[in-house]
Order: sequence, then C-alpha cells, then structure tokens
Amino acid sequence: MYIAFVMVLVVAGSILFHVLSPWRMTPIASNWGFIDDTMGLTFLVTGTGFVAVILFMSYCLYRFRHVPGRRAAYEPENQKLEAWLGIVTTIAVVILLAPGLLVWGQFITVPKDAMEIEAVGAQWNWSFRLAGADHQLGSSDVRYIDTTNSLGLSPADPKGQDDLLVTNGELHVPLGKPIKVLLRSIDVLHDFYVPEIRAKMDLVPGIVTYFWFTPTKIGEYEILCAAFCGTGHPQMRGKMIIESEADFEAWQAAQQTFEQSRKSAASQNKRASAQ
Amino acid sequence: MTDATVPQNVAPPPAEVEDVELYHAHSWITKYVFCQDAKVIAIQYAGTAITVGILALVLSWLIRLQLAFPGAIPFIDATVYYQSVTMHGMIMVVYMLTAIFLGGFGNYLIPLMVGARDMVFPYVNMLSYWVYLIATLVLVASYFVPGGPTGAGWTLYPPQSILTGTPGHEWGIILMLVSLVLFIVGFTMGGLNYIVTVLQARTRGMTLMRMPLTVWGIFAAAVMALLAFPGLFVAGVMLLLDRTLGTSFFMPSLVELGERKDYVGGSPILFQHLFWFFGHPEVYIVALPAFGVVSDLISVHARKNIFGYRMMVWAIIAIGVLSMVVWGHHMYVSGMDPWFGFFFAVTTLAIAVPTALKVYNWVLTLWHADIHFTTPMLFALGFLVTFVNGGITGLYLGNVIVDVPLSATLFVVAHFHMVMGIAPVLVIFGAIYHWYPKITGRMMDERLGKIHFWITFLGAYAIFFPMHYLGVLGMPRRFYEMGETAFVPASAATLNIFITVTALAVGVAQAIFFYNLFRSLKYGAPAGGNPWRAASLEWQTPETPPGHGNWGKHLPVVYRWPYAYSVPGAPEDYLPQNAPPVAGEHSP
Repeated sequence: MYIAFVMVLVVAGSILFHVLSPWRMTPIASNWGFIDDTMGLTFLVTGTGFVAVILFMSYCLYRFRHVPGRRAAYEPENQKLEAWLGIVTTIAVVILLAPGLLVWGQFITVPKDAMEIEAVGAQWNWSFRLAGADHQLGSSDVRYIDTTNSLGLSPADPKGQDDLLVTNGELHVPLGKPIKVLLRSIDVLHDFYVPEIRAKMDLVPGIVTYFWFTPTKIGEYEILCAAFCGTGHPQMRGKMIIESEADFEAWQAAQQTFEQSRKSAASQNKRASAQ
Repeated sequence: MTDATVPQNVAPPPAEVEDVELYHAHSWITKYVFCQDAKVIAIQYAGTAITVGILALVLSWLIRLQLAFPGAIPFIDATVYYQSVTMHGMIMVVYMLTAIFLGGFGNYLIPLMVGARDMVFPYVNMLSYWVYLIATLVLVASYFVPGGPTGAGWTLYPPQSILTGTPGHEWGIILMLVSLVLFIVGFTMGGLNYIVTVLQARTRGMTLMRMPLTVWGIFAAAVMALLAFPGLFVAGVMLLLDRTLGTSFFMPSLVELGERKDYVGGSPILFQHLFWFFGHPEVYIVALPAFGVVSDLISVHARKNIFGYRMMVWAIIAIGVLSMVVWGHHMYVSGMDPWFGFFFAVTTLAIAVPTALKVYNWVLTLWHADIHFTTPMLFALGFLVTFVNGGITGLYLGNVIVDVPLSATLFVVAHFHMVMGIAPVLVIFGAIYHWYPKITGRMMDERLGKIHFWITFLGAYAIFFPMHYLGVLGMPRRFYEMGETAFVPASAATLNIFITVTALAVGVAQAIFFYNLFRSLKYGAPAGGNPWRAASLEWQTPETPPGHGNWGKHLPVVYRWPYAYSVPGAPEDYLPQNAPPVAGEHSP
C-alpha cells in the first residue's frame, strides 16, 4: 500500500525537479522562439497527462488495496468511457501537433532574401564559404579536392573564383539577416549544431542539405557536431560569431578568395617540393 | 451494461485433428541439444539473452564512468568508449530484449497459454535457438579480432561505420553485420513458428478473442518482426558488400582522412531509411509483448478482469500497423526531403492515441479492484510510471519541430532508455517473478523481490529522469568527453556524477535478483500448480513444472476468456479458462 504514497512522491519529486532544475534551454539567439513555445506547450499538455494518470493510479492503489473480504467489481468494458478517453486524447494530440506543424512549415520555407552561407564538414573540423562580389556560390565536387583545394570547389566555375573561404573554423554572421546555411560534407555524416539557435541539420556526403535562421543576439556561440562522425566527434568544434552588419562586412573584407588561396597554396607547395 | 456487449458461452467445437504423440527426449543430447520442447528452448533463449544482457550492463558502467569522470580511468579511451556505446545498445535492443520476449517468453508461454502441446515446428524452433546462439557468439567474437568491435554507434550509419575514423572498421563492423544477418535468419524461423502456433494450434474453445493479452502482444510482435527485420537484413548485406567488395550502395564519392576513395553515387540516407524501417517497429516488437505481459500481471494480481479487453486487442493491432509507417521520425534532421516531416509527425503522434488508451485501461483495471501488492504487481506498477513518463517524451521527439533542438541530445537517450529500456526490463523482472513458480515449481522470495523492485525502480527513475534536462540544456549524446563548452555549466558534471553513482548501485543491486533466482531453485517454498490463483490456461497444467506435451492425456477445453476474476456468482474470485461453465455465467 505504501507504494501509493511513493508514487505520489515520484510525481511530486518530478515536478519539484522541473521547477528547481538549473539545466534549462540556453538563452535563444535566433528567430526560432516558436520552437521554444511549442516545447513549452508540449510540456504543459504532457505533464498534465503524466500527473493525472499517476495520481489517479495512486488513488486506486490506496483505495482498492486488498483487505480481507474485499472482492473486485466485474466490468469487462465500458465503451462510452473508452470512447470519451479516446476523444480527449485525440484532442490533446491535435493541440500539440497543429502548432508544431505550422512552425515546421515556417522552418522549411526559406525567405527569398536569405543570405547563403556554406558550412563544410570534414573529420574533424568546420570550414565555411561565403559568396564573393557576385553574390553567388560556385559549384563544387569531392573529386576536385587536392592540396590546393581542400573544399573541392570547381576550378573551372567562374562563379566560384571570388568565393570567400574560411578555414579557421570561425564563422561570422550579421545580426538580423535571414541566413540559409547550405551544408556539405566531404567524408561522413556530420550535423551543424549550435544549441542557441535551436535549428540543426545533418551534413550528408553526396548531397547538399540546408536550414535557415535569423541571428537575433550578438555574441559568440560554439558550433558542435551532432551526428557521430568517428573518434574525433567531440572535438569537432567551430565558432559562430553574431555581430553587427558593419563588423561583419569588415570581417568579410579580410577573408581570402578561392583564387587567392589556390595561388598561395600552390606557391607553398612549390617551395616545399623545391626544398 | 456489460451484458449487451458480451456474448453468451458457447459449447466448445469438436476437435478438428487428432492429438499426435510428440517426439520425447530420451538422452541428455536429445533433451538439451536437439531439443524439441519449447519450454527448454525458452530457458535456453532467456539464459543466453540474460547472459549477454549482463555484458551490456557492464558496458554501460564503462560508459557512465567515462561520462562522470572523464579520463580518470586510463583504460577507457575514445575507442573503448564508442565500442562500449555501440555494443551496449545493439546487445540490449536486439540480442537481449527481442530475444528474451519472443524467444524466451514466447516459447514458454504461447503453447501453454493457447492450450497446445508444443510449437507446431519443434525442430525449426530448436534450430532457431542455435542460430541465435551462433549470432551472439559472432558478436562477442568481435572483441577478439584486430581493431576490436565496431564503435559506429548502434545505428551503424555509413559512411563512418566502414571508414578509418571509426573504431572496429577493420573486422568489428563485418562481424557485427554477419551477426545481425544470422540473428535475423534465426529469428525468422522462430517468428514463423510463433505465428503458426497461435493461428493453428489453439485448443478447442480458445478463440482468438479468448487469448491472454500476453499471447496477443507476442503474436503481433512476431508478425511485425517478420515484416521489419528484412529491412535490416538487406541493409546489413548491402553494407557488408560496400565494406568488403567496394560496392557503393550507401557510399557516395568521398574523402577518407585526406585520401579520395573509389566509391561513387551511393546514398547514406538510404541506409537510414532501411535501418529505421526495421528500427522503429523494433521498439514495438519489444513493447507489445511487454504490454501484453503487464496486462496479465495487473489483472491477476488486482483480481479483476483487464478493463476493455477488446479495445486492448485492437490497440495492439493499431499500434502494430501504425508503427510500420513512423520510421522517418528518427530522421527529421537527416537531410531527407523536409516535406516528409509533416507525414511522419502525424503518424507518430497518431500512435499516441491507441497507446494512451492502453495506459488508461491498465489504470482503470485498478478501479474497484482487489489489489495484492505482490512482487510481480509492483514491477507492473513500476512499468506504468516509467512507460507513461517515457511515452510522453516521445510526443516531444515525434512532433517534428520540437525534435529539431532535442535530436541527438541526452534527451533522446533519456527518452528511449525510460520507454524501451527500463519499462520493458521492469516487465521482464515482473514476468520472471510471476511465472517462476510454474517454471520451477517453487516461489521466489517475496522480501528479496520487493527490495530488488524498490532499488531498481527508484534507482532507474533517478538515473533517467534528470538526464532529460541535460538534453534540454543541449548536451549532445555520443560525446566521449564534453570538454570546455561554454553553454554547459559545471553543475552538469555534478549531475553526471550523481547519475553514474546511481547507475553503478542499481547495477550491483541486480545481484539480489540473481541470488533470489538461483537460491529459490532449491530453497524456494513449494508453489503448487497455481499459487497466484490465476485463470489463464498455463496455470491449469496437470503437472508443475509442466512435462513435455504440457497437458497429460487430454488437451484442455476452454469455456471462457482468461480474465474471469471476481465473476458475480462464482464461488471463488477466479474461474479457470477450462473450468466448466457455472450457471448464469456471462463470460466472454
């Protein structure tokens, strides 16, 4: 019978833990506040269900515990009650699902004016590519990868010559502008994961995937990999710096283009082979 | 109110086929090697599953020790960590849970519960076990090959699973895939057997709607397994070919640590579809038998019929059907076409409805019941709490947009451990305490059983409930070490230490169970044939433990459903399924 009280304590303890827990969502730095709202709603609906079911169970355990002389009631079914419970549950599910699908609709609809930035994953580091003066990214393929072309840009594509390459793992993005992150992997699965922007997506070798977000809070955020990619997985880190548009432009201006990087890499290689 | 919905008793139909004499064992070899008794095969299955389960438990300690005390134990480097994560997961899901529910409980209980003398294909049944044993040996053998077992994660996603950056890419992954293929071959033999036995070998009067829910759960799971496992089978064979012959089913052109490989044109996402086409039904292949067993435990020990039996059966079938079309919810951020998100979110949340109805019916069975707090009942109640808790977090992960921030975090780890780790394991314990008297003729010790329950239930809840919050914070799974990460506060490390210490304690406490299990073989109180005063057929055998053939000279005849508890007018608070009808009885 004391199990009835313990179950009540389990419920009370769970609620208390939820209220007192210092482990909460990181402060959000993107436009995806709707995701947090949907999660909050989910907590409310499911939490109510959990508390109601377990407390009702605890009451039954206490009230209908065996005492000498007790005999259970005989009631094979009660279709009316079962139908009502089915309807209430369906309504709860719709309450969760409807806003969830609406937000998902926004998540997969990239604004037309979004700036395209490419993130490239390799075991175990992040590189980035931004469009140059022509505002267009050049094509790429794994077979172009060599010592002077670590990201595999097409050497023949004129659109790619002025692309800006960032190989130190530090990505800068301007505040308040929608960004479409194109994701490309040259080896295995990776996942571009910055907890503060909520959105994440896998990088899949062979195809280009994407997601979008609008940075809303200036600061420095850690990029992690969220798809297991081998023993170096936890060390695959990068930095995302959300900054004012002016700071962003200054940073952008200091980045090397594909053309420049090819030339300097080629001359380095020449020097190395001459020695 | 019940009379309108419940049909009157009907006289059982005449026998359709004559009883055939079984092949009886006459030596040690024919009893234990070329064994044709489902009950012996059941023990062999369960024994093997529990043995590898203990290995998986020890591996979980290595994982937890590393997470709480990173680098403190030099032996646990990144390679060992990822190998432990992979082997722990695969063993628990496939070689332990699937094997023990279907091969163990399925073999023991199906013939007894439907009133059959044995499985319909006893020889194939025996073969099924031996192939399963070989599969587990091949799996464990990967610890003894160069490079050790695979550390690709239990999902074995290519390309990394067969490339240099992943531990065990040399031999471990090959043995893992061969072992899975063998397991599926063995399971197919067993699964066909369970299905045909349920459909063809029920005794007179045992209609489908008079079967205990345990049989319904195992039956539905076996059907689903036969549909789902081929997905894993072909994925395994194709990945083996990619690894050994250099085909490109799952491998696009790529670079392996700076060197370009010859693969071209394959699709890594195709593997994920095949894997999860197996992987999600797999969750229910474990859950449905647990649902069935827990229904029976609650009913027997609350001395009340399971509430809404017909709804329970249809819910099992609905869950089985729906679970075949929800696999994409494991792939919301995989890079598949995002429009799939709408479809899989709807199917996934739809499955919550029949699942919730089952939960309501379990709880409503307790209403106006006569509840005996036996050890099996405690475990069934523990299942309810952990299953409801783990089930509702499934609504977070199934609702596509909410999954985006939570996927690949410790929230997922906490969710699936609660719902398909702890909950089914509690049912397994409850089932062992419940049916042990039938299997051995002796009772397990109740006091030790209750101590075992409280440590296991409260401990497991304390391990996995807080873990959700680390996931909400954003801590990723499959991280050998968190290192310095700005958004992770120091308190997260403290919580990790708490979880690890609790996990070690709960793990060690399982010794109480094993002590009780083995001690009771000899010293347990004699159980008699039906110590729980249960109504279902397996408790009505002429001998306990039941001999080969189960029923002595005559097969039992069934007159009612297995939940005739506290029937008004009946002299006792239960009516066995094979007791002749009493005057004025209205049992289904």
